[in-house]
Amino acid sequence: MSINRKYVPIVVTTSLFLLMFIAGSFRYNGFFSPQVLLNLLIDNAFLLIVAVGMSFVIISGGIDLSVGAVIALTTMISASLVQQLNWSPIIVIPLVLLIGALLGCGMGAIIHYFKIQPFIVTLAGMFLARGLCYVISIQTITIDNPFYTAMAQTKIRLPGGSFISISVIIALVVVAAAIYIAHYTSFGRNVYAIGGSEQSALLMGLPVAKTKILVYTLSGLCSALAGVVFTFYMLSGYGLHAVGMELDTIAAVVIGGTLLTGGVGYIVGTFFGVMIQGIIQTIISFEGTLSSWWTKIVIGLLLCLFILLQKVLSARQAIFKS
Amino acid sequence: MEQQPVLEMRGIHKQFPGVKALSNVDFRLFSGEVHALMGENGAGKSSLIKVLTGVYSIDQGAVKLSNQPVSLKSPLEAQEAGISTVYQEVNLCTNLTVAENIFIGREPRRFGRILWKQMNRNADKLLKDRMQLNIDVTLPLHAYSVAIQQLIAIARALSISAKVLILDEPTSSLDANEVKQLFSIMQTLKQDGLAILFVTHFLDQVYEISDRITILRNGNLVGEYMAKDLPKLELVSQMIGKDLTQLEKLPSKSASEQFEGNEIIAEAKQAARKGAIEPFDLKLRKGEVIGLAGLLGSGRTETARLFFGADALDQGTVRMSKANQHIQSPRKAIEHGVAFCSENRKTEGILDELTVRENIIVALQSTRGWYKPLSRKKQNEIAEHYIQLLNINPPHTEQLIKNLSGGNQQKVLLARWLLTQPKLLILDEPTRGIDVGAKTEIQRLVLDLSAKGMSVLFISSELEEVLRVSHRIAVLRDRRKIKEISDQEMTEHSIMKTIAGG
Amino acid sequence: MRQLYKHHLFWPVAILFSLLLFNFIYSPDFFSIVVRDGKLYGSLIDILNFGAPLMLVSIGMTLVIATKGIDLSVGSIVAIAGALSCLIISRGNDQNTLSLVLSAMGMALLLSLFLGLWNGLLVAKAGIQPIIATLILMVAGRGIAQLITSGQIITVNSPKYAFIGTGALAALPVSVFVVALMLAIALLLTRKSALGLFIEAVGCNPEASRLSGIRSVMVLMLVYVFCGLCAGIAGLLVSSNVSSADGNNAGLWYELDAILAVVIGGTSLNGGRFYLIGTIIGALIIQTLTTTIYMIGIPPEITLVVKACVVLIVCLIQSETFRKTLVHRWNTRHYTAEREATSHVNQ
Repeated sequence: MSINRKYVPIVVTTSLFLLMFIAGSFRYNGFFSPQVLLNLLIDNAFLLIVAVGMSFVIISGGIDLSVGAVIALTTMISASLVQQLNWSPIIVIPLVLLIGALLGCGMGAIIHYFKIQPFIVTLAGMFLARGLCYVISIQTITIDNPFYTAMAQTKIRLPGGSFISISVIIALVVVAAAIYIAHYTSFGRNVYAIGGSEQSALLMGLPVAKTKILVYTLSGLCSALAGVVFTFYMLSGYGLHAVGMELDTIAAVVIGGTLLTGGVGYIVGTFFGVMIQGIIQTIISFEGTLSSWWTKIVIGLLLCLFILLQKVLSARQAIFKS
Repeated sequence: MEQQPVLEMRGIHKQFPGVKALSNVDFRLFSGEVHALMGENGAGKSSLIKVLTGVYSIDQGAVKLSNQPVSLKSPLEAQEAGISTVYQEVNLCTNLTVAENIFIGREPRRFGRILWKQMNRNADKLLKDRMQLNIDVTLPLHAYSVAIQQLIAIARALSISAKVLILDEPTSSLDANEVKQLFSIMQTLKQDGLAILFVTHFLDQVYEISDRITILRNGNLVGEYMAKDLPKLELVSQMIGKDLTQLEKLPSKSASEQFEGNEIIAEAKQAARKGAIEPFDLKLRKGEVIGLAGLLGSGRTETARLFFGADALDQGTVRMSKANQHIQSPRKAIEHGVAFCSENRKTEGILDELTVRENIIVALQSTRGWYKPLSRKKQNEIAEHYIQLLNINPPHTEQLIKNLSGGNQQKVLLARWLLTQPKLLILDEPTRGIDVGAKTEIQRLVLDLSAKGMSVLFISSELEEVLRVSHRIAVLRDRRKIKEISDQEMTEHSIMKTIAGG
Repeated sequence: MRQLYKHHLFWPVAILFSLLLFNFIYSPDFFSIVVRDGKLYGSLIDILNFGAPLMLVSIGMTLVIATKGIDLSVGSIVAIAGALSCLIISRGNDQNTLSLVLSAMGMALLLSLFLGLWNGLLVAKAGIQPIIATLILMVAGRGIAQLITSGQIITVNSPKYAFIGTGALAALPVSVFVVALMLAIALLLTRKSALGLFIEAVGCNPEASRLSGIRSVMVLMLVYVFCGLCAGIAGLLVSSNVSSADGNNAGLWYELDAILAVVIGGTSLNGGRFYLIGTIIGALIIQTLTTTIYMIGIPPEITLVVKACVVLIVCLIQSETFRKTLVHRWNTRHYTAEREATSHVNQ
């Protein structure tokens, strides 16, 4: 029965998503179509990628507030190099991924070696990345490089007339890789162990330092990749891109059933957490009369609901133990 | 036939700022043997173990494993060298499955991919074969009791193919049956040729399982003995050392009948809390010191916490008799003259970033309410008074409490509670982890206070100490109050017997 | 001299002073203050006036951080309070009636108190980590602010309302007096009553505080409510200063600036001791920095890079491990596990 309890949050998340989709299908014409579902993926591909990185961070017991800023920085560097210096995307994309990973690695090292709360270190990282955007340019840089436009516009037809974008493929590959990493590699299991108890992990002889730094590196890398996908989506670089994205990401991870105290969580849950955010936006746009800010309120409410649910579940578990 | 020891430590020194943790300690461990490491709190047991597990570096000395010098720089290196440790508080990750906890870091893998099925099979087999444990290894660890978690921790140590297994106070949270199970497993492991280092403070268990005993005192080696050659009394006196005589100079206390006529200060009637303590009755009379004896986890602290309202009651009542007031919260308790010095000085006692002065006045201030602050002048007077009275060192009111030694922190906490002028003072392990000098001071203080009419509820793991200060002793076992013992019956032997259930 | 150097305000004051000195050297008329229409004008006055909302928010944040908490929702509360009061005023027939302005401000502050209470309930009663509990309102609060303003920027035309943000009393901006009042209240409550001790005790160790008879729950609720109130007043100042409310952008990044101000002021994020005056200086440093960067003509957005460096340096200095590493780098061997373990030994 304890195995059931483990999956409660994820079951709640998945059923909530299905419920919302069914409700939407009954209420709105044209809601019930594969394309609506696929659009969720198309519009949230970058969110999905960041959320995957964030899931690892939160499972390890930390938090990363720099993700939105790293996305913005990535769009900015990509745009300026490709557009203003005419660099080839083949060099630019690996370069921005490397920069994102290095940023994450640096933050992870400071968090681990100097024992400063992840929250404040990644906050500094966020300031830094946003600030660097403006060092490059205060204006929006529009991209018309053929490679980027091709990536943005290519539609991959699926049987049945619906389509997805290349970004969706990237995001799905990331999700699949993350599930594999989380479940089938030592690194993944060490992340769970550290989230469960860092002290124990240390005494069990696990490579705590390496794992923790790697977690933030991974999150930085995911943010940079999300930034690349975001560049495909927006075809521009701008310092105000993805403002507040860190909150959407954390919300998606929590709604996906990952415990903020660390140690428990599933990438699949995160996937549905992102999809729930997407479907809320879709429903609100289908509703027409509701304005966009309702998205934030509903997400805030859901966040509250899920945090309280986590609290109740962990309290029940404590009672069960004694 | 002196064989070669599997582990040998020579001349180990370890210094911490202000504390000499180990000085010139030798230690040997033979395979196929259970070796008990004995000593009072602060004797250096845990430091020695932390050296062995690579948590501490050593300042001087050498460690040899199978006659090869080793330098253990991290828990990982210690494990790889064949030294595995199972701690008192299970150091596993309760969010992971049983199988993972056994194998994490060394999972069966193919091309980096963890083979879960094989891992689960291996775990299952290991637990069945060597631990006689038949459980579902795919459940998270928190689904199981602490006793099982401990066995799983041992299984993990075995799976690393340890040569040396260190068991650090493994029995303190186990019940009698669980201890039996653990010991039978230890016997098997011993026969398999494993060297086991066993740390405990339960004397009976030492003689039940150990072949050899090493005694430490104040960071020094007292000696190494064969268990069969060392009488229990000798062991105790070696552990306590020459301080035994010093301890005996306490003022004599009055017999328990003398309190019969005294008014009842506090009374518990059928008080109980699920998972903490079964229903019990207990009366505390004015000026009486009641000792709570029992093993760790027998419900001593839980009983004390109910008298302070720190935890909620499930049934029954705890009340202060005079005011006829139920105690429901620490606030209420303090208001009605109860004070509680917790055993967890660090987590439940001191306010580490605040000064000695603030730590002393905080309880009194909270009874006065926020709008009636004590003037700074008054605060200084109070703090200086108690610093002098209790001989707190260094004698500065504005010193941060985290910079004081354990014994002095304990005295500050005592000052905090004495200042509230309680009718009932609850002391939970007040002398744990502090040096012998401070220990006697605190014991003497308890008797002084009782002579002045304060009732005291006294908890300690050290039976001698409980006997020394108490007029009456309530014995607890398995979260149940078993018996009250007073007067002639109050001997170490009779209490041990009651605790053991014989 | 050594005592001066060790004083907790030494570094914040030194930083502020050197910033001002830099400005003076760069542009000597930085310190010039002129009187026009009975009001003082000048860069220093601007710093005080524009820095007022941040100082207010930081005062509340200091108390929250002292309890080992954090309040991420202050920016959203700033936006909500401004939005509500502007909405009420804009709905009035005569936007300049005193009773309307007062009741609008009253309603806005009441709502801020309620929002603070909500945070307090989640933290103290439900036992949720502060960073998470206040994250909820941070996310939802922006939506609520936009809901109030219907996504528009509400402009009001009420000189009486504009008075608190732009007016002057005895030649000084009104906002300075508002800050002074709130600071005085906070100082009085925490230093002249035992509340300060209780807050620090709860910040050090909530369980030990409870067992010492302190009502930890009440103390926690109180600081979050007070923080909400401070943010609400800041919201009024911000919206009154520009005579409009922008649900989307008002108070953006305030939570971060406020945390930064508190940390620069010497209060540790680990709770315990707090320094209100230090916080005020911290807020002034941030505002001066912004002004300076404007003045020397660097794009203002680059302030963020400077802030990032400041956060990092201050935190590194506060980090015990960092200091120890610096000191012990060359004379001890490097045992990763020992650092965690030594603290247990010395108890």
